[in-house]
Amino acid sequence: MSATVPQAQAPREREIDSPTNASRPLVEVDHVSKVFDVSAPWLNRVIERKPRQLLQAVRQVSFNIARGETLALVGESGCGKSTVARLLVGLYRPSSGRVLFDGHDLANIQGDSGLALRRRMQMIFQDPYASLNPRWRVSRIIGEPLQVHRLIEDPQAMRARAEALLTQVGLSATDADKFPHQFSGGQRQRISIARALASEPEFLVCDEPTSALDVSVQAQVLNLMRALQKTRKLTYLFISHNLAVVHHVSDRVGVMYLGSIVELAPKARVFSAPAHPYTRMLLDAIPDISMSGRARTPVGGEVPNPLNPPTGCAFHPRCPHATPRCRSETPLLRDPGDGSLVACHAVEENRISVVA
Amino acid sequence: MSDRPLLEVRHLRVEFPSRRGTLVAIDDVSLAIEPGEVLGVVGESGAGKSVTGAAIIGLIEPPGRIAAGEILLDGRRIDNLPPEAMRQVRGREIGAVFQDPLTSLNPLYTVGRQLEETIRAHLPLDAQAARARAIELLESTGIPAAADRINHYPHQFSGGMRQRVVIALALAAQPRLVVADEPTTALDVSIQAQIISLLKRLCREQGTAVMLVTHDMGVIAETADRVAVMYAGRIAEIGPVADVIHRPRHPYTVGLMGSIPSMDGGQEQLAQIDGAMPRLNAIPRGCAFNPRCPQAIDRCRTDRPELIKAGASMAACWLHEQQVSA
Repeated sequence: MSATVPQAQAPREREIDSPTNASRPLVEVDHVSKVFDVSAPWLNRVIERKPRQLLQAVRQVSFNIARGETLALVGESGCGKSTVARLLVGLYRPSSGRVLFDGHDLANIQGDSGLALRRRMQMIFQDPYASLNPRWRVSRIIGEPLQVHRLIEDPQAMRARAEALLTQVGLSATDADKFPHQFSGGQRQRISIARALASEPEFLVCDEPTSALDVSVQAQVLNLMRALQKTRKLTYLFISHNLAVVHHVSDRVGVMYLGSIVELAPKARVFSAPAHPYTRMLLDAIPDISMSGRARTPVGGEVPNPLNPPTGCAFHPRCPHATPRCRSETPLLRDPGDGSLVACHAVEENRISVVA
Repeated sequence: MSDRPLLEVRHLRVEFPSRRGTLVAIDDVSLAIEPGEVLGVVGESGAGKSVTGAAIIGLIEPPGRIAAGEILLDGRRIDNLPPEAMRQVRGREIGAVFQDPLTSLNPLYTVGRQLEETIRAHLPLDAQAARARAIELLESTGIPAAADRINHYPHQFSGGMRQRVVIALALAAQPRLVVADEPTTALDVSIQAQIISLLKRLCREQGTAVMLVTHDMGVIAETADRVAVMYAGRIAEIGPVADVIHRPRHPYTVGLMGSIPSMDGGQEQLAQIDGAMPRLNAIPRGCAFNPRCPQAIDRCRTDRPELIKAGASMAACWLHEQQVSA
């Protein structure tokens, strides 16, 4: 945990709008929501009398990421974690709320004025087969950010920079002349990392960067990312569905369910004493490789359809502790008394103990 | 049941002819599965674990072919059966569950029709009895309101529910062996746990043996009795699951176990195996793992090791022969 500054000072710092204030969080996400219009085409709506359909992918999400910290977001398919990742680098605009990067509102990230801001954040995608242009040589792929941000104009200098980046991610300088298909999945992900590092960003958003990789290759990539974080003082948002990987890389963990953060706490707290029933369920569902033979509560039910979310707490149909209040009233994120945040009526009412 | 294993694979070799020469996907693989046993098969992409499963159920895509070795089910050879006879074995005696439940179901038929067809193809039941059996099967896999759901099409089911239907199909004719190839890889963790415990429960109830092919060591640890670790088309190590996980004998298994992020310790650095698995057209001489092996000796570069007894397991590694002779 980097937590550079005591919590109490944060609001005062926010008043002074100094863009390079080292003590404020690098990323501030303030009540961000994202709604997608998934309606049928206009003509079908008219003829078949179908209503307009809106999908709330992310609802009222707030969190900060401190400089040098790794915040992990976990959750199952469709929980909105990848949408959050895209909101944070400006690939989506929030439907409401705002994202601040080093004090600058990402609403202004488009166009020339946002260029300087965009240089400071980069993204690594899940599928290294889809995220590299198959018709470009590696040197051009890695050089593209340098060109876009006009960091290096001279072709020879650019080439030298690409080669240096390749060696930093554990590939060889001669690989610069190859095409992506000449590499394995793990090597391609290294190329993606080299490309992301080209513009010397401070903030990397990693959306399931190792999910497509075999476990021994995953270990190589995770070790590389950790080493780079140390040498370059990078800040990571790490999106994953794999809790073991999250346990390995993160400082703090946010657990998402159906578009909302249900628990946000330091890693040690989430894994040793999960508070929210969904977090407990997720932890229970991990296959136990140590074969300790621990008793597992059977997990019931499935993630509901986000087009038709349950009333009240979205988790109530699967929750063993649900009460009428859970079915009617949406719980808000609250501090159960240890500095973390949990959105659960049962925890708030002390119906379930926070300590596992 | 006799002392004969239910399934025996002997010196299996599977080849895929290609323009640049023959690729050997499986090279001299031998294994056995006892009645009612769950054998896990792990390995990374391209290690040959799925091809081994496909060979057993007779579904190797041409031009791939079994070039040598034999596969025996209850002492009877099944690798050289004519296609029609193999179709009878598949379904009746060996069930199959694949990774993607959407491609294993016909989108144009209701799940009920697919189940009834499978049941009637293998069991002497009339239409009514087959339908009753189909509903019973769906109920046993935990699908709520099975009597209604039986008339639904695959697209009306969620991913987890579809995989339940596929498991019901695989077990429809009460086979003695189920080959499950990455049955939970396409599913979320909470659903994965449900499907694994379902597969375990049903197979235990029916006494069905399972060959569970997966890349996920956690799933193996929870499910399997024994595990075979594959590398570059060969078995690197095979043994009881607790031994392979806690006392791995082959340097590859040691590296593989070290590279899995663990939930207990806060390791700074994951143990990593440098390099990558060789491509099928460039498998090194001797032990296929020798260029990546931290303990390789001269002999590893020239002679290919056979499976040698190592503790409670068997490992294809010369290091263990030294220990035995020393």
